[in-house]
Amino acid sequence: MIKILFAVLVLGVLGLGFGLILTFAEKKFRVNVDERIEKVRSCLGGANCGACGYAGCDNFAEAVVKGEAKPNSCPPAGEKGAKEIAAIMGVETSVEEKKVPRVLCSGRAGVAFSRYRYDGYKNCAVADGLAGGPKMCRFSCIGLGDCMDHCVMGAISIVDGLAVIDYDKCISCGECAKHCPRGAIQLMPVSQTVYVNCRNTDNAREAKSVCMSACIGCGRCKRECKYDAIYIENFFAHIDPEKCTRCGACASVCPCTAIKDLINGLPHRPNFY
Amino acid sequence: MNEITRMLLFMVSCVLTNNFIFSRFLGCCPFLGVSGKVETAASMGLAVTFVMTIASLFSYMVYHWLLVPLKITFMQTIAFILVIAALVQFVEMFLKKASPSLHGALGIYLPLITTNCAVLGVATLNVSENYNLIYSVLNGAFSAVGFLVAIVLMAGVRERLENAKIPECMKGFPISLVSAGLMAIAFMGFSGLV
Repeated sequence: MIKILFAVLVLGVLGLGFGLILTFAEKKFRVNVDERIEKVRSCLGGANCGACGYAGCDNFAEAVVKGEAKPNSCPPAGEKGAKEIAAIMGVETSVEEKKVPRVLCSGRAGVAFSRYRYDGYKNCAVADGLAGGPKMCRFSCIGLGDCMDHCVMGAISIVDGLAVIDYDKCISCGECAKHCPRGAIQLMPVSQTVYVNCRNTDNAREAKSVCMSACIGCGRCKRECKYDAIYIENFFAHIDPEKCTRCGACASVCPCTAIKDLINGLPHRPNFY
Repeated sequence: MNEITRMLLFMVSCVLTNNFIFSRFLGCCPFLGVSGKVETAASMGLAVTFVMTIASLFSYMVYHWLLVPLKITFMQTIAFILVIAALVQFVEMFLKKASPSLHGALGIYLPLITTNCAVLGVATLNVSENYNLIYSVLNGAFSAVGFLVAIVLMAGVRERLENAKIPECMKGFPISLVSAGLMAIAFMGFSGLV
């Protein structure tokens, strides 16, 4: 009987003692956390994508509260998030236009000529090192999915040998652009809906010999453009987003369908290819 | 054999021969759960090392200075759980204040391992093997080093498995279990060492 009493007493006293010690320690070792960190944290994208340059959302929130990071440097939070964070911090912030990643290559299977059949380790950087990649064009999207592997949102898939981005899932963190060994993915302002979907700066003959859809620098788009927004440099058409009105006239005349118009789409040209 | 040699051999046997995961099968939950990446596995291993060392010290004190004199050694399991849980809580608070960087590295793993069977296992093993205070602490520390070695090795294997061509039905958990089993067989080779 006395044993049971001892057991109960010892455990009770131990528990009580530990409880008291912990309460005391809680008071003594309390770390005052700025409550704004939690608030800022809740405005962020929350995918720990690392686009801000910090290790994760928590670190970024802390840096914002300390004043080391700007409120508008979380791309996933976008304009709305930047404004909310600025309101919490009580500072003004400039809001930049949202940028989205665009895969600048239209050389899907059958359009871009291939050099060899690649059957190795599925990694663009590795394939790129093997005789310049499986596609003839040295500017092309290799299509083995390095960007897909680094997309935290799972927004990228490979369709017909090209990376395709699902913009409903994309949070614009830019990790895909960072990890493309060729820089074939670039971040562009979301309003730039007409863009040259190619990066080939070789001359017309060489460009045409590697891909049917490469920009050859023929200048038809330049002549068609009423706003003088297009100039040709290094056998490649550049669209000046300041002057461009997104009319899409250039896209409709491009003989190679290298210009993409996201609003009007490509005109139906059955005899092409 | 002098005392120092005996101690050294004891440490080696804790790490390799009586490895907590591969020969005692304790602590398998974090071994499989947190071995996805080498970095996180190393943090987990360090957190376990930390907790097991101090847990064996404190459980020794509670057992030999409190439970034995009062003849209530049958309460050891509950007492150990109580001690370990309180200790880990205390250590976490202390670390948060004293060394935020270490707290950041061990992070969520500290409270996670409060109820780990390896930690409770080392406390009960110390009692059943009749180790004295020094040997108890050594057992705690070096068994945990064995755990650290095992979990980091496993994480390395699993990182390699990510890029391997594995049949669909074996992907993920099954292949991890198979590789853990193979590693256990490899560790059996140490059994005649000490």
